[in-house]
Parts: sequence; structure tokens; C-alpha cells
Amino acid sequence: MENSPDPAPPLLEVRGISKSFGAVRALQEVDFTLRAGEIHALLGENGAGKSTLIKVITGVFPRDAGIVRISGEEVAPRSAKAALGAGIATVYQEVNLLPNLSVAQNLFLDRQPMRFGIVREGEMRRRAKALLADFGLDIDVAAPLGNYSVAIQHVTAIARAVDLSARVLILDEPTASLDRHEVEILFGIMRQLAQRGIGIVFVSHFLDQVYEISDRITVLRNGRLVGERETVSLPRLDLIRMMLGRELAETTSARASVTEHKAREICASFEGYGKAGYVAPFNLELRHGEVVGLAGLLGSGRTETARLVFGAERADLGQAKVEGVPVRLQSPRDGVRHGFGYCPEERKTDGIIAELSVRENIVLALQAKRGLYRPLSRREQDEIARRYVKMLDIRPPDPERPVGLLSGGNQQKVLLARWLATSPRLLVLDEPTRGIDVGAHAEIIRLIRELCDEGLALLVISSELDEIVTYSDRVVVLRDRAHVEELAGEAIDVGHILAAIAADGAATAHEGRA
Amino acid sequence: MKGLPPVLITAIVLVAGFALCAMQFPNIASTRVVGNLLTDNAFLGIVATGMTFVIISGGIDLSVGSVIGFTTVFVALAIERWGMPPLVAFVAILVLSAAFGAAMGAVIHVFDLPPFIVTLAGMFLARGASFLLSTESVPITAPVYSTVSDFALRMPGGGRLTAIAIVMLAIVIGGALLLRLTRFGANVYALGGNRTTASLMGVAVGKMTIKIYMLSSLLAGIAGIVFSFYTSAGYSLSAVGVELDTIAAVVIGGTLLTGGQGSVIGTFLGVLIQGLIQTYINFDGTLSSWWTKIATGVLLFAFIALQQGLVALARRPVVKSAGAAS
Ligand SMILES: Nc1ncnc2c1ncn2[C@@H]1O[C@H](COP(=O)(O)OP(=O)(O)OP(=O)(O)O)[C@@H](O)[C@H]1O
Ligand SMILES: [Mg+2]
Repeated sequence: MENSPDPAPPLLEVRGISKSFGAVRALQEVDFTLRAGEIHALLGENGAGKSTLIKVITGVFPRDAGIVRISGEEVAPRSAKAALGAGIATVYQEVNLLPNLSVAQNLFLDRQPMRFGIVREGEMRRRAKALLADFGLDIDVAAPLGNYSVAIQHVTAIARAVDLSARVLILDEPTASLDRHEVEILFGIMRQLAQRGIGIVFVSHFLDQVYEISDRITVLRNGRLVGERETVSLPRLDLIRMMLGRELAETTSARASVTEHKAREICASFEGYGKAGYVAPFNLELRHGEVVGLAGLLGSGRTETARLVFGAERADLGQAKVEGVPVRLQSPRDGVRHGFGYCPEERKTDGIIAELSVRENIVLALQAKRGLYRPLSRREQDEIARRYVKMLDIRPPDPERPVGLLSGGNQQKVLLARWLATSPRLLVLDEPTRGIDVGAHAEIIRLIRELCDEGLALLVISSELDEIVTYSDRVVVLRDRAHVEELAGEAIDVGHILAAIAADGAATAHEGRA
Repeated sequence: MKGLPPVLITAIVLVAGFALCAMQFPNIASTRVVGNLLTDNAFLGIVATGMTFVIISGGIDLSVGSVIGFTTVFVALAIERWGMPPLVAFVAILVLSAAFGAAMGAVIHVFDLPPFIVTLAGMFLARGASFLLSTESVPITAPVYSTVSDFALRMPGGGRLTAIAIVMLAIVIGGALLLRLTRFGANVYALGGNRTTASLMGVAVGKMTIKIYMLSSLLAGIAGIVFSFYTSAGYSLSAVGVELDTIAAVVIGGTLLTGGQGSVIGTFLGVLIQGLIQTYINFDGTLSSWWTKIATGVLLFAFIALQQGLVALARRPVVKSAGAAS
């Protein structure tokens, strides 16, 4: 009914979509248009409704109102399977594959090559290998997917969708757990697909990537459409204003105010700490009021270091000391007892309990620390939950909402709140800003600095070097599961870190000096 | 992969157990005893095959024992009182039990109810229905029954491989192939891995759920027919508690009670282990038959502990030089 000047109808046309979850109006009259052969970024704050829009389009959620057309023809898929049938392949935000099946079965589930009603296992493996080779992966495709790292699982999910995509490919935060190299490979493939006329929807909080890859941008805010623009004609600041509905407060000058740290007291130290086949022995000192960044590629041993420090993994070498006293860290319980907190990378599997409310999730670690016999009163719980919901701007600000119903970025904030609530002396954050929007991103970085000023010791892992440089007092660089370089003071900049990550062999590798 | 796969452990337990029994009672190692063991446990092997599918898919089916009971009563009455030809009675009961399973699957899917509750209701329903039909044991005298019971393949050493044992072996092999080699089988594992994910990946979760419970009930129906051949009677109290023996066999066979992993062959070995314990007790003669339950309980406990250990191991991040990195 709208005026459509161009003769050919667009590939995917979404008109007037509304969707409510009870009282929460997740989408209100949203329009979205995807043309054949374009890469279209779908942007917005955490909870803006991006994932919901995608799930409504693919029929995972029933819609309250609106229509979806593909090449001018109205479609109303009622399941992911039906959406696939209509030519829409999707990688949802929660990496959705099955760890108990082999890599090959995951890639070809429900569409295995068959002969006489029997799956052709050999043929399937051959094709799986070929498919992953396009993404630069050479792994045993007969092994269970769960044996592999999150990054490999994510690449597998993307490869599956790419291979499926008939006309429309939707990627909801596909790059969140990929490193630069993998992102480049993915972008190469996306460009190829776009050239073949496939329309691609790309959701991300990495604005650099958005500007690098997308042709067009659609912004959502609070479930409403803000607008659609050509990427080239939309300056970054305007984009941020569209997303937040306000200016972004300046945050990036924190670096200058980093104070001298030599005099600071040591909070925890690790000498010759390591575990065979896991991380090579390292020396690490964490001081009160100081942020130590861990940089390196995926699989370089960053998360492994964090798990050893917290006690989630048992070290078989070396000595740990807390405030100068030798301690044994054999389990996460030990870590918690010594006042450590650990915010893991994989919020779905390692952290969040989806059925429990925001409040219950936040007080979980604090309650565990206090022990069974000193329960927190309901009033204390409410008080704590309210404080952190406000501090981290968790939306919707309802502490009684089950966490599973929050958007991905808001779940991440709840996890952070859980550990902050324990008032730890040492906090380990693994990718704290992953999946978090530009506004909240700045908030979290500010929070990290604030905590630090209050005397907390922080160990932060991040793939975003700009970010690490902004808040770290020292940066430890890892390569191939060993600590290879430690940078401090003036030496901390993106160039130096990259050089240390890329350096080959032992030529530049200092023996992990503390 | 670390350590031995659970099926291998089951196989080792079976072989070791058999060797121990054979040392004490050399007669156990004869085709005669093995043949009897297969015959005695034919119905159990058949239901357990169906139960394996259900449990791998992340569900449970508590109704199978009652379905067996109902089937024996139905078949007995149909042949003896209602004058149906046996074959017609068999077809009728199989259609009925398949429909019953499909209905349970549909309820589980549509109302998103726990399988435990739905099949528990199914259990009472089927048992109640068999009491409605008849509270007494109804002997079956049809000539087919004696013909089939007399039929057996001679094995070297004088053992008899009876018709019902052959049916059981065929179903076990068929079930194993169905699970391992077909798209249906892969989807069963997918459902057990994670229902939501499977559905997001395009698996028709509703249809699968219906088919899986249909298969389980259908096999329970076949097991019921086999049971009626075994006892030559229909009785509403037959096969009480068999659902639990079945679940035990499946778990001892290395299938994860939480779903996602397991095999039909493992289940078959689990059935044989239970049969072996029973046989040993019969040979001993002084032990109460309740020792079967106790031994099964101990084994079950050991296997569940073992699985938890394996699961914990598997959860730990495996150190592999990640192909993607660098
Ligand atoms: N299954 C659900 N039930 C109830 N509310 C939901 C559900 N899924 C999402 N919501 C709500 O809908 C709103 C939009 O969430 P959505 O996941 O679409 O955000 P998003 O834009 O993808 O955010 P993010 O960048 O954090 O992933 C949020 O307020 C969220 O709490
Ligand atoms: Mg989202």
C-alpha cells in the first residue's frame, strides 16, 4: 500500500511489526527493509529490540501485528524451520549449536546428505571439512563440538548459516567472540555472499566493524524505529546520538590520570604459577588500586590464566599469595573465600541462571560467600539489587524479572553486578564489555576506574585493545599459552601490544618478568 | 576423548561378570543358558530399545510397563473372548499403543509439560484400563501360541533361540541402525542436547517428540505381545514396575539420563547384565530373587556415579591448539 517507486520489490520487507512480552513492549510498529546484495547493520542499545525483531521475522516469536514480505510475497513462518524454508538463515545471538553432536552433524543437522534413507557419514564429513576450510579452520569434524573453544563453535554456527542461506542471512552479534583474523575472514565471506545477491543483516556493538562492512544502517531505540541511513553519509557521532538519544559522555581521557603504582600494596601474587598443558608458568603481581590487562589472541591463554588465578582450575606448579600469605587455590570456593571475584566469558554456560530473577542472580555469590547459615534478609537483597540495577543501568529496571528474559547485554551487566556485590579485593573480568552497547560500554569502563580508585585489584581480559589501553596500568601479553611480555606506563599502546602479540619465536619474548 | 566410552565399560562389566559366574557355575557358559536368558528377557530388550530413544532425547517414559500389561490383557481377551484372529488382535493393539504414545508426545509438546508427569499419568491410565478389561488372568489357548512357543532355532551346544528372542534381536539391531544411521536418529540426539537450540536449528521438535513417544509405546506394545507369548496369558498385573527395570538397563548401558548421549547396543548389554544377575541367582538357588534388585541397584549407582565423573571431565575445557587462533 505504501508508495514503492522502484519496480522490483525489496528482498525483505518488514512493515509495522509490534511485539509485547506481557507489559514490556519490545517492538512498536517497526519497519525494516533489506535489499538484495546489501549488508545492512541493525543497531541499537542493549534491549532496544534487535534480537526480538530477528526472532519475530524468523517466526521464533509470534508477532502481535505487522507483515513480512520476501521479494514482495508475504510470509509468516511459524518456526525456525519454516523460516529456513522461506530462505532466511539465522545465527541467533545465543550461539545455538549442540555440543553433544559432532561438528559435522551440527553443520548438516536436518539436511544431511542421504542415500536410501541413510545418512552418508563420509560424504557429510568431507563437505563439513570443505565448508570449514573456507573459514580457515582445519579441525576434526567427527569430534563433538563441545570439545572445541567458543570461537570455533561460533565459526561453526556461522558456517552453517552461510551454507544454508538461500536469500537472506541474519547474523546477531556474530563477531562477539571472534578475533581480528576471524572477523576478517567472516567479512570476506559476507562480501562474497552479498555480491551473489544475498541480503545480509548484521547486528553488532562494534561500530568500527559496522563502518567497515555495512552499506546501510537501521537504528532501533526502545523498541521503536529511529531511522535508516546510508552508512557513508552517517557520521559516527550522529549514529551514536541516534542509538542513545543523547550525546555520549567523554570517557577516553582516563589514561592520563593513571597514578604512580610502585608504592601500592600487593594484593595477590603468583610465582611460577602454572599448569602443564594449560598455561606455562608465569609470575604475576596484582596490586590494590591497579588494573592489569591481559591481551592476546583467542586461545593464547588469557581465560586460562584468569581461571588459574581465581581457582577455577587447579595449578600444579608455583605458589599463590594473598596479602603476602601463602594460600592454596584449589576451587572457586577457595577463590571466593579469599575475596576474589570472577566474571566469566561465557555468561550462558558459566554464569547466568536464566530462571532466577535479576535480584536472585545478583545476590547469589554474596550469599555463597556468607554461607548457608547467615541468609540475607529480603530487605537486604532488595536493597542490593536496586543499587546495582541503578548503577549499571540494567533495563528494564525490574529486579524481579527472570534474567533469561533480559536482552543479551543486560544479562552481562547482571553477571558483573553479582561479583561487585561481594565487595571482592580482587576482581577478574573476562571480556566485560562483550555484547554491551556503546553507552553502557563507557559506563563500565568508568566503573572499572572507579572500583580501582576504591582500592580494588582488577585483572581484565579484553580483545579490544583500545579498551585495554584506556584503563590498564599494566598489560600482560600472552601468546601460545605463555606470558610473553609485560608493558607498563608509557609503553602501553595499541602498537606495542600488537607487536608483542605478533612477534615470532623467542626473539622478542622476555621471560615473563613480573 | 578421555577414558573409555561408557558402552565399553558396560561391555567389560558384562564379560567380567559372565566370566566370574562361569567360574563358579561352569554350566552358565552354555548356549542353553544364554538362549534362555535371551528368551526370558526378550520383552525387556524390546521396551528398553524404545526407552533408549526417549531418554537420549531428554525425556522419560514411565508408561511402558502398564502398556505391556494392557497389551497382554487386550490380546488375551480379543483372542479368547471376542473371537478375533490373533493377527488382527496384534495389529489392533499395535495401532492402539502407537496412538497412545503419539498422544502422550503431543501433550508433552503442546502443553510444554514434563514428560515425567505426562507419562506417569499414562502409566495410571493404561494400568487402570487393563483392570477395566479384566482383573483376572486370562489364559490364551489359541493354537498359534503353542506353535510359536515350540518354534526355535537350534544352536550348537543344544541351546534354543526362540521366536521371541529372534524378534528381540531384530528389534535391537533395527533400533541401533535407526539411531545411528538416519536423520531421525541424529534429531533424537539433537533434542537431547538442547530442545530450544534444536528447534532454532530447524528440527521439527514437535513432530520429533510425537514420533519418539510413539516409537516407545509401539515397542512396548510389541513387548506386550511377546510377553503374552512368554506367559501364554493376559493379566492386568503383569509387568508392574518394568518401566524401572527398563530405565535401569538403559542407564547401565551408558545412556545419559539427562539426554544427548547413549546407544541401543549399550542398552542391550544392560539388559544382558540384568539377565545374567537373575541367572546367577537361579543357579545359586539359596539366594532370594530380591538380590537381583539389590545387585541392579548397586550397578545402577556405580554407573550413574561414573557418568557424572565423565560429564565433569568433559565439561573441563580441553586444551587443544585452537585451529582458529593465530
Ligand atoms: N522471551 C522474552 N520474554 C520477555 N521479555 C523479553 C524476551 N526477550 C526479550 N525480552 C525483552 O525485550 C526487550 C528487547 O530485547 P532484545 O533481546 O531484542 O534486545 P537487543 O536489542 O537484542 O539487546 P542486546 O544488544 O543486549 O542483545 C528487552 O527489554 C527484553 O528484556
Ligand atoms: Mg540481542
